[in-house]
Amino acid sequence: MVEYTWPDRKDSSVLGGSHDKVDGPAKCTGTAKYSYDITPPKTALARALGCPHAHCKIKSIDTAPAEKVAGVVHARALKKPGDEIEWQGELIAVVVGETEGAVAEGLAAIKADYEPLDVFVNEEDLDAAEAAGRARKGPGKVQLENEPGDDEDEDAFEEKEIARLFREAAAVVEGRYGIRAITHMCLEPHGSTCDWQDGKLTAHLSTQNVSGTPGQFGGPLGITADDVTVHCDYIGGGFGSKFAADSWGVLAATLSKDLNRPVKLMLDRDTELKIAGARPSGFADVKVGANSEGVITIWDSHHWSTGGMGGGSLSQDVMPYVIVPPNFRRRTTNVRTNTGPTRAWRAPNHPQGCALSQTAIDDVAAKLGMDSYELFRRNLVNVPEERRKLYEEEMKIAAKLMDWKAKWHPHGKGPKDGSVVSGLGMAIHTWRGGGHPSSCRVKIHPDGGVEAFLGSQDLGTGTRTVIATVLAETFGLPVDAVKVNIGSSKYPPSGPSGGSTTVGGVAESSRHAGLDALAQLNEKVAAKLGAKAQDLVAKDGRISDKNNADKGLSWKEACGLLGMNPLEVTSRGAPGRDSKLSSSGVGGVQMAEVAVDRETGVVRMKKFVAVQDMGLVVNRKTAESQILGAMIMGIAFSLFEERIMDAKSGAFLNAEIADYKLPRLGDVGELVVEIYEPEEERARGVIGLGEPPVIGPGAAISNAVANALGVRVPVLPMTPKQVLDTLKARGA
Amino acid sequence: MKAFEYAAPRSEEEALELLAPEPGTSEVLAGGTDLLGLMKKMIVTPSRVVSLSRVASLKRIDADSQGMRIGAMVTLDDLLAHPATAKYPALEQALRGFGSLQMQSQGTLGGELCQRPRCWYFRGGHGLLAERGRAVAEGDNRFHAIFDNAGPAKFVSPSRVAPALVALGATLRVIGPEPGDETQMPLELLYRTPKDERQREHDLLPNQVVAQIVLPAADGRRSAAYEVHHGAGGQDDPIVSAAASLTMHGNIVADARIVLGQVAPTPWTSHEAIRAIVGAPVDQRTAEAAGEAAVSVAAPLSHNQFKVQLAKVAVKRALLKAAGLQTGGLA
Repeated sequence: MVEYTWPDRKDSSVLGGSHDKVDGPAKCTGTAKYSYDITPPKTALARALGCPHAHCKIKSIDTAPAEKVAGVVHARALKKPGDEIEWQGELIAVVVGETEGAVAEGLAAIKADYEPLDVFVNEEDLDAAEAAGRARKGPGKVQLENEPGDDEDEDAFEEKEIARLFREAAAVVEGRYGIRAITHMCLEPHGSTCDWQDGKLTAHLSTQNVSGTPGQFGGPLGITADDVTVHCDYIGGGFGSKFAADSWGVLAATLSKDLNRPVKLMLDRDTELKIAGARPSGFADVKVGANSEGVITIWDSHHWSTGGMGGGSLSQDVMPYVIVPPNFRRRTTNVRTNTGPTRAWRAPNHPQGCALSQTAIDDVAAKLGMDSYELFRRNLVNVPEERRKLYEEEMKIAAKLMDWKAKWHPHGKGPKDGSVVSGLGMAIHTWRGGGHPSSCRVKIHPDGGVEAFLGSQDLGTGTRTVIATVLAETFGLPVDAVKVNIGSSKYPPSGPSGGSTTVGGVAESSRHAGLDALAQLNEKVAAKLGAKAQDLVAKDGRISDKNNADKGLSWKEACGLLGMNPLEVTSRGAPGRDSKLSSSGVGGVQMAEVAVDRETGVVRMKKFVAVQDMGLVVNRKTAESQILGAMIMGIAFSLFEERIMDAKSGAFLNAEIADYKLPRLGDVGELVVEIYEPEEERARGVIGLGEPPVIGPGAAISNAVANALGVRVPVLPMTPKQVLDTLKARGA
Repeated sequence: MKAFEYAAPRSEEEALELLAPEPGTSEVLAGGTDLLGLMKKMIVTPSRVVSLSRVASLKRIDADSQGMRIGAMVTLDDLLAHPATAKYPALEQALRGFGSLQMQSQGTLGGELCQRPRCWYFRGGHGLLAERGRAVAEGDNRFHAIFDNAGPAKFVSPSRVAPALVALGATLRVIGPEPGDETQMPLELLYRTPKDERQREHDLLPNQVVAQIVLPAADGRRSAAYEVHHGAGGQDDPIVSAAASLTMHGNIVADARIVLGQVAPTPWTSHEAIRAIVGAPVDQRTAEAAGEAAVSVAAPLSHNQFKVQLAKVAVKRALLKAAGLQTGGLA
């Protein structure tokens, strides 16, 4: 009977160590082939035409002129007269050709006529949205400790009770907060090269979901998923936007079938930004009350947001965020705008919820003249009990790394260096991160070679290395002794990489498969050595008797006992309540230090500290890198990036890299990562890490700016424009 | 990208001969950092592209006691590395501002001066003036002009080097339209504010080409460039920049040139700021007053009020920097 556990810290050889990515050199040298790089012989290039209008009816589309362009192989309309287009960039026609130039000329030759319809894109202005009939009441929730009397009207009681709680509060803060919509900005745009041959499809798809996408191709092509292979060795960014085959993926496959040759269709940059995923904005009117100790007693908020035309706006569940007082009311409004559909963006809803609510909470500290750290600490009574101690410990560590006590000054009262002021801010966050279902096939060759096969994918954060580390630990081998094969739907299925589920999932399945395979191998070794199988341990390249270390075989000798054929074992992981290998639910604390030039509105990151728990650390290096990446991504949406729409036409104005601002390394300041892994956390097993560290930056950085200026810059990103406009409006 | 003919002449004469006679049907290719993107988006669709990369006379730098003659095809990196550039701090600082290996090693001085505006309505295919200025006036004009924007042109001059070069009194040697034709003009006069879509943002005739940029001797003038960026700088365009060049008599400014970038359809010489500082010493108070004077004639659009503040600060800091004083602000 195999027991599925991890070795203790002291018995671990490679687990929890710091290992280079096994595919690092391939990525750095260009050897790694991303989906965009894959161009089989005879591939035809396809590009789709995006609708220039944000809202219109198609009157006509004529693709015949495109087909007359030299080098164009095929053109077809994707929409028909009468179809309504609801956001700019929606695909309306496609051209296939031999060269990029021919395709571009073909696209330009298409004749399309549109009937423009009313456009609305400004979700920030709720009054305008209501006037335009674009606002719809969304769900909400009221939670009050007191209950209405039997004869009381419930709504009237709520109003009265909330008013009473605010009256009795020692400090009340009221304000409007916001965070603008951003896009996923994957460096590699969405798309695929599809190769139809003899009734079977191979799709080289840039995807976060290798195992889950074959069926999405099969149906539309009239085949079953067994005749589809989805392949993706390397992906240039997904962030939650690449779970589906997408209409353009199915289009590439259909074109390949119809034209009987491989077809490559990657979205161009502006189309990528316009239609392939956005994170919903969020704007909120917040009123928050606290007692004289700074403990939040009552919260009342109304937030509005847009998910474009297709829904998917900011959830109500994240308001208020983590710090939830016993009495609160939250209301929501969904605004329908002619903007591209939203998709899951790293920690869906959480970054916005954190930025909208922990800023308001920090404003209570400003109002009370209290140290923000102290206010957050006192409000740990308002976080779920099981994580209070965790947050408190992580706050202590973060404060020490930041030197918070020495640097702290009350809001707006710090020293001035000419026009430059500095400030500190913090935020706390949470995420689930339980492992997804995953299967792993392990193959041990008679010559000692070890391979693993999983229908998983590497988002760039180190999935291969994690799997190799787990199996290397299991077999007592170095990390580079394990060959990891992922990125094909023909391998045993794994879940999509979203929601921080991958590391938990693949660590589970690879540990299960590894231990199952080792048990079989140990039977043979035990027979050979005259030992008991359960007494054998695999460590340092040997399998030996734990009671007598001299009694053992090298790994290679042991594998030689397998005979002619490799040993092959496929096992499923079993994440969940009973698993000792993985768990879910983390906290995390972040602290930011910024300098702000009051004359130019430029905010500069000085130092940014992230303290993060994740249960058991598999590979320290990739875990730290993932946190660093999240911090930089958080700096991006806090200070730089935003989707800028033209109010009149609904055009996405900054849909190209030159205009869509992102930070560079010179903009991120000093980044400090501390992984919080005491025994009680390690004992919980593996928990995913992708989402949590990207949640806190908005609130932490905004709070630091508010601490520096003494004025809240209420809307993210805090660009020079936003900062200067705020200072001017506040007369500061 | 529309299919096009490619020509790579080896002399100035050949280049002029190869430029197509029909205006607008050929484009001059320098480093390509701007033109290629415009062609890919089909904002410009030349039928012929004439690359100047093999014209040796355009790649030389000559420096002597009279000043510097810089070929239009000299890369930003080569110019930065040339010892004579250090005599012109405003130019050197503007070049350092790029902070981008790719732009510096591929971009040329002539191309930098002649790059097209970054206006997102222009780049979105609405024409240089974007519906005679309406799209910008009624749209998101946060990065648009705060000076000289009453007409249809509301884009801003994108060049990062032009303000410094204008402040330093640079002139141009322009060749064409016919082989053998050649004129000299102050750099400042290269730029104009177009009145209709037939005009470009420069005053060259079709098939005239900037061949050399000529800088007079530095002659003890003090100069500096200052850029305000969204972040720490680098290849992103500045939101506002300013360059100042001063001739001092003792500690009094005898003569000044103060030129702003990214605030008007052309590099914007601020006569108001010049009047304010000439005859005064440079200190915090006078520099600030010059900044105030510079924006006294600003006319912000609906979304770019903040650029008035940035222009004021950029002038102040450029003057302080030129005078060798601390500028303040984030380094």
